[in-house]
Amino acid sequence: MPSPGETVPFLDPLPGRSGLTSWIFSTDHKRIGMLYLWCILTMFAVGVVIGVLMRLELIAPGRTIMGAQTYNAMFTLHGVVMIFLFVIPGIPAAFGNILLPLQIGAEDVSFPRLNIFSWWLYLTGAVLAVTSLFTGGGPPDTGWTFYVPFSERTTTNVSLAVVAVFILGFSSILTGLNFITTIHRLRAPKMSWGKLPLFVWSLYATAWIQLLATPVLGVTVALVFIERLLGIGLFDPAKGGDPLLYQHLFWIYSHPAVYIMIVPAMGVVSDIIPAFARKSIFGYKAIAVSSLAIAFAGSLVWAHHMFTSGMSDTAVLVFSFLTFVVAIPSAVKVFNWVATLYKGSIHLEPPLLFALGFIFLFSAGGLTGLVLGSAGTDIHVHDTYFVVAHFHYVIFGGTGFGLFAAMHFWFPKIFGRMYDRKLANASWYLLVGGFNMLYFPMFLIGLMGMPRRYYDYLPMYQTGHIISTVGSWVLVAGLVTMFWGLSKCLRGPRTVGRNPWGAATLEWTLPSPPPHLTFLDPPDEVPSPYSYAGVKRDA
Amino acid sequence: MPEQHKDYLGDKFGMWLFLFTEILLFGGLFLLYAIFLHRYPAEFHQGGLELSRVFGAANTVVLITSSFTVALAISALQQGRRGLCQALLAATIVLAGVFMVNKYFEWSTKIAHGIYPGSSEMAQSGGTNIFFGLYYVMTGAHGLHVVIGATVLAFCMLRIAQGRVTAEDFGLLENGGLYWHLVDLVWIFLFPLFYLIS
Repeated sequence: MPSPGETVPFLDPLPGRSGLTSWIFSTDHKRIGMLYLWCILTMFAVGVVIGVLMRLELIAPGRTIMGAQTYNAMFTLHGVVMIFLFVIPGIPAAFGNILLPLQIGAEDVSFPRLNIFSWWLYLTGAVLAVTSLFTGGGPPDTGWTFYVPFSERTTTNVSLAVVAVFILGFSSILTGLNFITTIHRLRAPKMSWGKLPLFVWSLYATAWIQLLATPVLGVTVALVFIERLLGIGLFDPAKGGDPLLYQHLFWIYSHPAVYIMIVPAMGVVSDIIPAFARKSIFGYKAIAVSSLAIAFAGSLVWAHHMFTSGMSDTAVLVFSFLTFVVAIPSAVKVFNWVATLYKGSIHLEPPLLFALGFIFLFSAGGLTGLVLGSAGTDIHVHDTYFVVAHFHYVIFGGTGFGLFAAMHFWFPKIFGRMYDRKLANASWYLLVGGFNMLYFPMFLIGLMGMPRRYYDYLPMYQTGHIISTVGSWVLVAGLVTMFWGLSKCLRGPRTVGRNPWGAATLEWTLPSPPPHLTFLDPPDEVPSPYSYAGVKRDA
Repeated sequence: MPEQHKDYLGDKFGMWLFLFTEILLFGGLFLLYAIFLHRYPAEFHQGGLELSRVFGAANTVVLITSSFTVALAISALQQGRRGLCQALLAATIVLAGVFMVNKYFEWSTKIAHGIYPGSSEMAQSGGTNIFFGLYYVMTGAHGLHVVIGATVLAFCMLRIAQGRVTAEDFGLLENGGLYWHLVDLVWIFLFPLFYLIS
């Protein structure tokens, strides 16, 4: 006789345990993942609203809807919210939590209480970050990078914001620690390393970056806080310090953090493409190893953010070379995905559409990254809209679309319901169209010399800005359509079977939604994650 | 039955990963130290002379002794000698207290001599300011870890008293001990870098 925990879907209350506390104090990895999902989507909405307002301000030169100081606060917050509260925790903390134990046939993560503690830390960090807007000397205006010496001197509320970042970093470290231990210790006995789904491999590589890079950011922002509080001056040239050291320490974390953002999305895409090509993944080992290679090589390239900061030419040369090296494992992945699609029996469902969007937009972002990684061209486009376009292609086009793909792929598994496929498809066209309209002109005005983070601009850039702002409206229309298509089906009966896509990883052997308790006994058989022979669709 | 799910190796593994992050956190500070030492060798030499080697050496002995007592405490628990274990843990916490009291006197002497952030003494030259800035930041961060470590050991004592940590199930105490050794280890590097640099 199975207990209620083994039959009741995890979204529904267990007898005697219901209400908000059964969520916010839950130690169930699936519920914690859902908590993260709602939080990051809320933060995404905040970040989008700020971004749209900034675009609106930029539709014409001079003051349009806000003043210069407000604009400075806006781009700082857009960065802080999107980077620290949405993109970094996005896929690993939300989907990683929900899926990692299911995909390796484990009952939960290694440290379930630590897991809910990291969510509480995340929530605390998020609340503090938002509080920093309304308290102290006004919202921070330094940009999300908190560059010294300005961040030490501005009278705005930088102190609280860096404390928030410190706490968020702690949350991220604990999640990474939890995932690494889980993958090492809790795989089902027959789940060998060679049978891990590629999403798990990507979470593994990500977790190592979170673990190794985040402490350095933690101590760096803590130093900014201490310098503001006590005026010690380690980064202040007037007091014998050196601002360049801040940039080094900041980017030692923040460049690898870019891979915290993108690698999990690559894992999502690696799981989706074979499922909809009905064909085993091409180059399993190459994709798995390339995740680790990106994590390793990505830790050695931080100073390419500082080509114009006054480093020696030798350092510039070395970091430029290393930056090109990271392109290799990234390209390995892209080629393997495309090779997987080749001669596949392709089912063009929404998750695959978003995965294809990922490949296209990420490739554009990655290739323009080489322009920036090359020291000579970087001098010309440094701190221009070219950079803005580049990282939005990688982070929004890559991670954002990876997240959307994950949402459409695992939605039926999580909710037991299918979304409106027509709306999902329509939203994809709006999103890809709006995205390119919004960000592609930035490449052009960037090459023409439009500097980033400026509130005002010369009339020669206006055409680009107008197209871009109109693109932001199309993009928002796409987002609204997408979330409407997903959420309109949240009520009503749960009709989806165990395996609507006919995918072969372990989570699809469970009911949709999975019950509270899963894999109390590890699965007897662990199939190869991308071998579709004999896998039946169960819609 | 939660016992059945205990993963002793997993807990240890997670702890070692956490210690790794602590080393990286201090690593950032040690990196700053290395660069500034290279830039201001004379001021660092001069600054080191200002610090009291007696205080520093005493605190080094205190911390190494405390690492010894915590290691003994773990062995005592494994042999089932709970009372001895609790006494040794209490001794460790007392030693931590001694360390912090020493630190208090050291810092207050410095401050009384006009060496504190923003003072005219520290602002003599950039190098001096950086040396003492690093001194306060790094020994301060370390002191914070001493307090956290002592709290963790106190928590272990509570768990042992409750019978939740026992001769058979000593993972928590062992991990607490590991953390304490890390705190000790950091000091082993801080001591020569600040007190013996001249």
